[in-house]
Amino acid sequence: MLQINTVSITISNISKSYKKVNALTDISFEVKEGELFGLIGPDGAGKTTLFRILTTLLFADQGDATVAGYDVVKDYKQIRNSVGYMPGKFSLYQDMTVKENLNFFATIFGTTIEENYELIRDIYVQIEPFKKRRAGKLSGGMKQKLALCCALIHKPKVLFLDEPTTGVDPVSRKEFWEMLKRLQQKGITILVSTPYMDEAALCDRIAFIQEGKILEIDTPQAIVKHYPKPLYNVKANNMYALIQGLKAYEHHYSVYPFGEFVHYTDKRTDFDSSDLNAFLESQGLKDITIEPTAPTIEDTFMELAK
Amino acid sequence: MTNELVIQAENLTKTFGSFTAVDAISFSVRKGEIFGFLGANGAGKTTAMKMLIGISTPSAGKATVAGFDVSSEAEKIKKNIGYMSQKFALYDDLTVKQNITFFGGIYGLSRAQIKLKTAELVEELDLKEVVNQLVGALPLGWKQKISFSVSLLHNPKIVFLDEPTGGVDPITRRQFWEMIYKAANNGTTVFVTTHYMDEAEYCDRVSIMVNGKIEALDSPKNLKTQFGVENMNDVFLKLARG
Repeated sequence: MLQINTVSITISNISKSYKKVNALTDISFEVKEGELFGLIGPDGAGKTTLFRILTTLLFADQGDATVAGYDVVKDYKQIRNSVGYMPGKFSLYQDMTVKENLNFFATIFGTTIEENYELIRDIYVQIEPFKKRRAGKLSGGMKQKLALCCALIHKPKVLFLDEPTTGVDPVSRKEFWEMLKRLQQKGITILVSTPYMDEAALCDRIAFIQEGKILEIDTPQAIVKHYPKPLYNVKANNMYALIQGLKAYEHHYSVYPFGEFVHYTDKRTDFDSSDLNAFLESQGLKDITIEPTAPTIEDTFMELAK
Repeated sequence: MTNELVIQAENLTKTFGSFTAVDAISFSVRKGEIFGFLGANGAGKTTAMKMLIGISTPSAGKATVAGFDVSSEAEKIKKNIGYMSQKFALYDDLTVKQNITFFGGIYGLSRAQIKLKTAELVEELDLKEVVNQLVGALPLGWKQKISFSVSLLHNPKIVFLDEPTGGVDPITRRQFWEMIYKAANNGTTVFVTTHYMDEAEYCDRVSIMVNGKIEALDSPKNLKTQFGVENMNDVFLKLARG
């Protein structure tokens, strides 16, 4: 039974374990229709397990979930017709050409490339010059685009993308996210997982996941506001010595390299940067700067995961 | 860091049929330097790296690594470098200890040295509880840290790291970079590829490859000034698609 409402995915108290390992522990959240929802967490956090449960490829030990109004256990056939799934591992037929793969997936879902071409056109034109090439011979970026086309060819209501950009260079990642935004405008709900924290900022809402548990769910803008401490950018002439120096400072709370700076928080509420400056100078560091900075999503994740 | 050059490439080229994967690249890397080797997927990084580690013969040009010629002294290069990538790291169905013993043996360490090194690594990486576990059961971040340490077992002059931190959580990724700093501080040259542009900032110098050529090579600071942008991500976006 298709329910008419604005929730596209509901996950209620889902748990799953493999032998001794708890892959997911009591996970609950909802994804709204048309939302671009990010599942943000490192390798091994349980993201793939959750995707496999939602796409009816794996049973949960406990809890319920619905996708597009269908129950993942009872209505698995309807779900398979309503969702597109791009697994983290490249899973197309390596010995078939680009065109053959796409045709194959269209045929399986009882449709044709022409019928839904509108949906994939933007992406497909980029790989069309290679349509006679075998999928196994494509570059990483092209494989990823073909996999997305195959996941979209039956016009799914919900799209599941499991780490679509892992190992992909920054330019291709940016293009991929622009594609996702366009798909979202066509009314497709997207649940996407990524280990890249900068991509989290591009989602409507995100859930931080680590060791099978949800740490926090909110909009990217709200999540950084939850960062509990004043954060400082520290810089000096030698990065390695600076990290060692900050860690040796007795009042340090967290010390994380962040691009050209080290992000530093202090245990005390009355932090005095001149005292830290003097300490770092005593450690032989030069050209020291200490300035307040705004926390990023990555800072927030690390604080929650600590 | 000294001025001793441990990698020197001159017009290094690799062609496959009519396709030029690496197009006459020239650069050098100093002892103890952290050298970031960046580029989009398909730009030619892996092909270039394969030539430098002695598993692919250049079509033209030349290069020396740790003082040895990549074409004629490939076997000597392999003894003097360490290598790790996400694709080839450790054996999943051996324990941590067995992996260390195995790779130590490959690198020609004596039993006594292997025993000593194993004890050192267990201490340094806090492996006491997992040393007899199968590597396959460990989280990715652990595997990558152990794999990096294993690539340093024979005290190589240079270590090549091919996307060592892909998919690793942000805290472990930073611990990994602290290990890189430490190795560089001890005089090991680190040649590293990454798709994380914040990591590019941690390198002493970075090169950016576009369509087989090195289109930029400098310190992150100078590159940002040169392109008039705030961070390495923007440098990359400006360059990588020409």
